Amino acid sequence: MSENEPLLSVQNMEKHFPVTKGLFKRQVGAVKAVDGISFDVFKGETLGLVGESGCGKSTTGRLVTRLLEPTAGKIVFEGQDISHMGQGRLRPLRRDMQMIFQDPYSSLNPRHTVGAIVGAPYRIQGVKTENGVKKAVQDILELVGLNPEHYNRYPHEFSGGQRQRIGIARTLALKPKLIIADEPVSALDVSIQAQVVNLLEDLQKELDLTYVVIAHDLSVVRHISDRVAVMYLGKIVEVADRKSLYSVPMHPYTNALMSAVPVPDPKVRKDRDRIRLKGDVPSPLNPPPACRFHTRCWKAQDICKKVEPPLAQMAEGHQVACHFPENAPELPAAETAAKTG
Amino acid sequence: MLTYIIRRLIGAFAMLVVISMVTFGIFYVVPQWAGATPEAMASRYVGRAATPETVHLVAERLGFYDPVVVQYGNFVKGLFAGAQYDYGAGVEHCPAPCFGYSFITGQPVWPDLLDRLPVTFSLAIGAALIWVVAGVAVGVLSALRRGSFFDRLTMGTALAGVSLPIFFTGMISLVVFSYGLGWTPPGGAWTDFSENPAEWAYNLLLPWITLAFLFAATYARLTRAGMLETMGEDYIRTARAKGLRERQVVVKHGLRATLTPILTLFGIDFGLLIGGAILTETTYTLPGLGQYAILAIRTQDMPQVMGVVLVAAMFVVIASLVVDLLYAVVDPRVRLS
Amino acid sequence: MSFLDVKDLKIHFPTDDGLVKSVDGLSFGVERGKTLGIVGESGSGKSVTSLGILGLHKGGRARLSGEIWLDGEELIGASTEHVRSLRGKKMAMIFQDPLSSMHPYYTVGQQIIEAYRIHNDVSKQVARKHAVDMLGRVGIPEPARRVDSYPHEFSGGMRQRAMIAMALSCDPELLIADEPTTALDVTVQAQILDLMRDLQREFNSALIIITHDLGVVAELSDDILVMYGGKCVEYGSAEDVFYRPEHPYTWGLLGSMPRLDREPTERLLPIKGSPPSLINVPPGCAFHPRCPYAERTGDKATTEVPALAETEGGHLVRCHMSREERRGLWENEIKPVLETQ
Ligand SMILES: Nc1ncnc2c1ncn2[C@@H]1O[C@H](COP(=O)(O)OP(=O)(O)OP(=O)(O)O)[C@@H](O)[C@H]1O
Ligand SMILES: Nc1ncnc2c1ncn2[C@@H]1O[C@H](COP(=O)(O)OP(=O)(O)OP(=O)(O)O)[C@@H](O)[C@H]1O
Ligand code: SF4
Ligand code: SF4
Ligand SMILES: [Mg+2]
Ligand SMILES: [Mg+2]
Repeated sequence: MSENEPLLSVQNMEKHFPVTKGLFKRQVGAVKAVDGISFDVFKGETLGLVGESGCGKSTTGRLVTRLLEPTAGKIVFEGQDISHMGQGRLRPLRRDMQMIFQDPYSSLNPRHTVGAIVGAPYRIQGVKTENGVKKAVQDILELVGLNPEHYNRYPHEFSGGQRQRIGIARTLALKPKLIIADEPVSALDVSIQAQVVNLLEDLQKELDLTYVVIAHDLSVVRHISDRVAVMYLGKIVEVADRKSLYSVPMHPYTNALMSAVPVPDPKVRKDRDRIRLKGDVPSPLNPPPACRFHTRCWKAQDICKKVEPPLAQMAEGHQVACHFPENAPELPAAETAAKTG
Repeated sequence: MLTYIIRRLIGAFAMLVVISMVTFGIFYVVPQWAGATPEAMASRYVGRAATPETVHLVAERLGFYDPVVVQYGNFVKGLFAGAQYDYGAGVEHCPAPCFGYSFITGQPVWPDLLDRLPVTFSLAIGAALIWVVAGVAVGVLSALRRGSFFDRLTMGTALAGVSLPIFFTGMISLVVFSYGLGWTPPGGAWTDFSENPAEWAYNLLLPWITLAFLFAATYARLTRAGMLETMGEDYIRTARAKGLRERQVVVKHGLRATLTPILTLFGIDFGLLIGGAILTETTYTLPGLGQYAILAIRTQDMPQVMGVVLVAAMFVVIASLVVDLLYAVVDPRVRLS
Repeated sequence: MSFLDVKDLKIHFPTDDGLVKSVDGLSFGVERGKTLGIVGESGSGKSVTSLGILGLHKGGRARLSGEIWLDGEELIGASTEHVRSLRGKKMAMIFQDPLSSMHPYYTVGQQIIEAYRIHNDVSKQVARKHAVDMLGRVGIPEPARRVDSYPHEFSGGMRQRAMIAMALSCDPELLIADEPTTALDVTVQAQILDLMRDLQREFNSALIIITHDLGVVAELSDDILVMYGGKCVEYGSAEDVFYRPEHPYTWGLLGSMPRLDREPTERLLPIKGSPPSLINVPPGCAFHPRCPYAERTGDKATTEVPALAETEGGHLVRCHMSREERRGLWENEIKPVLETQ
């Protein structure tokens, strides 16, 4: 978190997917995949985005890279409002913003060689390289820990971890400023996950990259992020720097999430104080009113069903959207409630 | 479920309306654009010897000078309420559903259609039964014994069945079974079911098999492919893990899931069968709808063509409607959307 | 002899590319009321093992050898029909993906009723009552109504509960759960793991839980078997494997995994390379191409398959290094790095 000006700034961003029915595609509702979220990403940092399946993480990733257009709100990248920019004007910006996808198997074209895949961005963007594209590609391959001689091989000749490296190499080709990684390791084996996590960290240092890492695995997110945002049903419920989020989680949902992660220590299981949530995540088609977590929250009061808690600063760099946060020393619950009510 | 049925019914009706409009357009309006005058069309009703005045009069009475919309309106009115035709030489009443009178025979079209419907129906239903049972059974067996001699033999035959045209297989079987072996009648024979069911079936046997062969081949291949896929599904593994006997795994779990897409296809095919029936009827000179349609087209007998097309369209639309409803019963996931 | 005793189990598949040795000489046992956790990377042979115990490879291409003793009865030599009659009744299985593992055209109730009636000669009504009862026991709200729902009408967690209800419907004495929570969200995973623990206590069955997640194993298992390339490389009590692991691969797994219960490390310690091909298993110790200590055992690592030898009280390790050497490495080099985390 170096400069004051964020590299990426998202304000009240929304994405509602219309749900249509019948012959005439009458709109009968909307999936509120992302429903008014705001966050900043500063140069050189890693923002982690966690949450359970369907909470809108991938949609957020696709919105900020403008693979999708937001229904409302603002996305500002390097001072430019890109919320509704046309594809033509976005093209040069795409060099600076790249996305890494989850599935290293389907995201690489099986008929193209590694050289063609990694070199494609140069051709698409019409970039000239000093010693030719081939040399540039081989340099990148080396950077991500692949052998430059792999240039003429095809994706199917590689293992999952190596394919993910190819995917990463492709995003690095144009020296982007911001990389959005959507579940970059969740399709990989544990031992391979660690290789890719380390690689992402090394590249960040070496190339001064900024990351938004999307994952459902809290331990991976903690390892890799400087700040973490927790999402629930299209909303950000808590954002904080890594240390305070994991040591003093304030939102009941964050607490429940952390408590649910199985600990690889047979002794711990016996004496762990667990929070167990009832039921599943409600449908984003019909999210509960006010605080969306109130159907599963053990602290829920009447006010939680009526008044939506805003994302409020509870401690230095720690924002929470809850009327009755845990571990929040400065602000007594009643006061928070009164403030918003 | 009820709203689903109603929605589908409305859809089916709309479909028929559109088809009738298009057919009407093609057979009545397009000829006029192409230069056919109302007089030329009217002359078909009165014969070539009539004077221009008579022709003009008849054309006027038949409404050929009216705008297309009015003509179509009259046609639809005829379908539902019947129509009065005034040729100058007396008024003829055509009861609903009135498809008009044939240019050639001067007979009303509807009774003709009714006459021929049982033939086509008999051919279609018998063949459909044979092809579904045979196709699915062969498909399942070859899927379960993939790579075996049985599999290769049946799939080879099926490939031939798919690629050989009906008139070819029809002719060959006529030559072999009727003229050669004398097992079946040589075609053209037709006995009504109500008269003598055995005779009825005997006469239709060869046409049934010829027609069924084409479809059975497709169904066998489809069933086989579907079964191979389904038997690899996770829920088949679950069924086995429960301790279910293999035969039940295949029938209750495998076939059940495989049959659904086949059912859809069956609906479409049963409708399209009319097309196959046309060829088969022609080959065996059966007095069915297909033959009627061919004759009608050859003689440009528009009312007859219109009648056959509408009846055929109804086959297709109703068949697909029934299948859609069945589909909703079979696959619970369909009902939701 | 244990309740389930597997001895030198081999499951090989002849394929066009060569013989796939998916399981190659595996031995283990589980008692009633105890849980065995099997961990390993993708393709290490975990699922093939579990399907082998259930006799689901019979009639396929697989070549099985060795012995599987269940409650004093040998299963590999037994008739297909006899093994079938045990499936579902004496031994049952829970699969990874509950949606694809349930038939889409039958209601949840119909599927449980079917499972029950295969082994119990009762009327449909009685079986239905039993199904409602089972659904209630696995925590499905309003079981009498939900029994008529189709799988697609359930959420992921409820489906897995229904799968468990189906597997337990005939009160099996051996229950195998193959990645039972991999497809679920963490909060739901925690619910299901709790449920499995409670039900196992209630039914007193022998449980085998297969997973790649060391956290999940630690939550449930009494004993742990670590698989690599179709072979067991380490086998012992949960305490042995987590607190005194002696195989370099187990160390690698522990080092690869970011943990929530400890301060984060700067870097993860991944295992280099990728999992072996089961057609051309590396000669000697299958782990040698990835093992940082391969040099210590000289030529033996590449020429001689190490034996699975007991190090202490039922703790087995497959490595050429001496017991002292391994313990020294763990105490002095590995553990300190992992624990400063
Ligand atoms: N193109 C789309 N049309 C309609 N709904 C969509 C579309 N894309 C996503 N959704 C819905 O929006 C919600 C959020 O989806 P999203 O993919 O962002 O979730 P996610 O947090 O990435 O989940 P996961 O962890 O499963 O990847 C989901 O309910 C999803 O079904
Ligand atoms: N029917 C088969 N024919 C040939 N090879 C097979 C067959 N079934 C499994 N294999 C191979 O056996 C190996 C072990 O497979 P298995 O499914 O047991 O892995 P796993 O440990 O369960 O992995 P995962 O964590 O991915 O589920 C794999 O390499 C697989 O390709
Ligand atoms: S606002 Fe209320 S319901 Fe929502 S998380 Fe806080 S306490 Fe729970
Ligand atoms: S035998 Fe050698 S190569 Fe294999 S695990 Fe032990 S030290 Fe490593
Ligand atoms: Mg996603
Ligand atoms: Mg598996």
